[in-house]
Amino acid sequence: MDNYSAKLATYLDGELSADEMKAVDAHVRSCNACAADVLGQVQLKRAVQSAGKRYSPSPEFRAHMQQKIASRPKTSPVRNWLTAATVVAMLLVASMVATYLGSRRAEREQAFSELVDLHVATMASANPVDVISTDRHTVKPWFQGKIPFTFTLPELQGSEFTLAGGRMTYLGQAPGAHLIYSVRKHQISVFMFQDRDIKGGFGDDPGARTRRSFAVETWARDGLRYFVMGDANVADIHELASRLKAAGSS
Amino acid sequence: MDVSKEPPTGELFEELAMPLFGQLFNFAQWLTHDPSEAEDLVQETYVKALKGFSSFQPGTNFRAWIYRILRNTFLTSRTGLRATATVPLDEEDRLEIPASTGTPESLFIDHAQEQLLQGAMEELPLRFREILLLCEVEEMSYQEISETLSIPIGTVMSRLSRARKALREILQRKVGA
Repeated sequence: MDNYSAKLATYLDGELSADEMKAVDAHVRSCNACAADVLGQVQLKRAVQSAGKRYSPSPEFRAHMQQKIASRPKTSPVRNWLTAATVVAMLLVASMVATYLGSRRAEREQAFSELVDLHVATMASANPVDVISTDRHTVKPWFQGKIPFTFTLPELQGSEFTLAGGRMTYLGQAPGAHLIYSVRKHQISVFMFQDRDIKGGFGDDPGARTRRSFAVETWARDGLRYFVMGDANVADIHELASRLKAAGSS
Repeated sequence: MDVSKEPPTGELFEELAMPLFGQLFNFAQWLTHDPSEAEDLVQETYVKALKGFSSFQPGTNFRAWIYRILRNTFLTSRTGLRATATVPLDEEDRLEIPASTGTPESLFIDHAQEQLLQGAMEELPLRFREILLLCEVEEMSYQEISETLSIPIGTVMSRLSRARKALREILQRKVGA
């Protein structure tokens, strides 16, 4: 454990080399002490992240600064009153837009944070899936009548990915499907929800990226919102995402 | 290409700087512990950054650049000088062996404990507080932190490790108390 324990924090910061990441990954799966250590460190990281977002500027100060740095073209004195009125209106709009965007961002963060919780809790569970099968034709029908939508899963034969099974899940009270895939020794979660139920105005990621130490990719297609996340590297996450996208459009 | 259509410097600055406004304010108040001092600090940072914007190289990291200005402005302020006056001189680059991760973390699953954690973060010495915020809250890479704080990456790693250890110790004390 000692060889690895010094690296765990750097591992969770996503700053080890790809080879080292893989080695630590593999070790954490087989060493209970390190796994417990990782869990503790992730919890503290997330708690600090949340506790650290503590202060926000007042709308007045934001408007004041916006005005201060806004580029101001010279206008004739006659038009000044008009410009002033426009500036006030624009500031009002800007501050409304900023508030709106801020709240959308907070909603997105909240959704990601809940999904990370779902993923981590599932991985830690003794019974991570309710339907255990590597066969997509078994897993998909299991969801019938349990969730208000259907989906298409990709054929994975010949790839490194294996379907482990699935379970029902909820995000912000919206029912969804949670599938577990494995690639080498990593577990990947695929979440599917009806896009209209998911707050935060998510866009489509062009590729996977690291969020809160997990690689994540999200997109929407045919009214469904997909999230693929796990501790696998971003390339694996992206490949699985691409296969799901291809299956959905076939 | 019509050069006259390129956005003027002021507009480009606004485009880069305003999205960071909320985060910079949060960081500023964590440094100053005071909302009006944080406003002054953010205002001075934006004024300095706008003035010095011509020295910013497009394509380099704007976020690290403006955080560095904010931090340097803070360090030369009265509060900043007071905060740094008490920093003990010790060997920074010695890699810290992580403290055994006993139980305090598990107590923080519940966000209701947030205030206790915030109190512990307030107690951290400035250099630990700032690096923890840059890493965990701003989710900066070690490279970005290194640029922001003007320290080598090895020091980023050792300081982060010490900061986390110090935070755990404060938590342990608070929880035990």
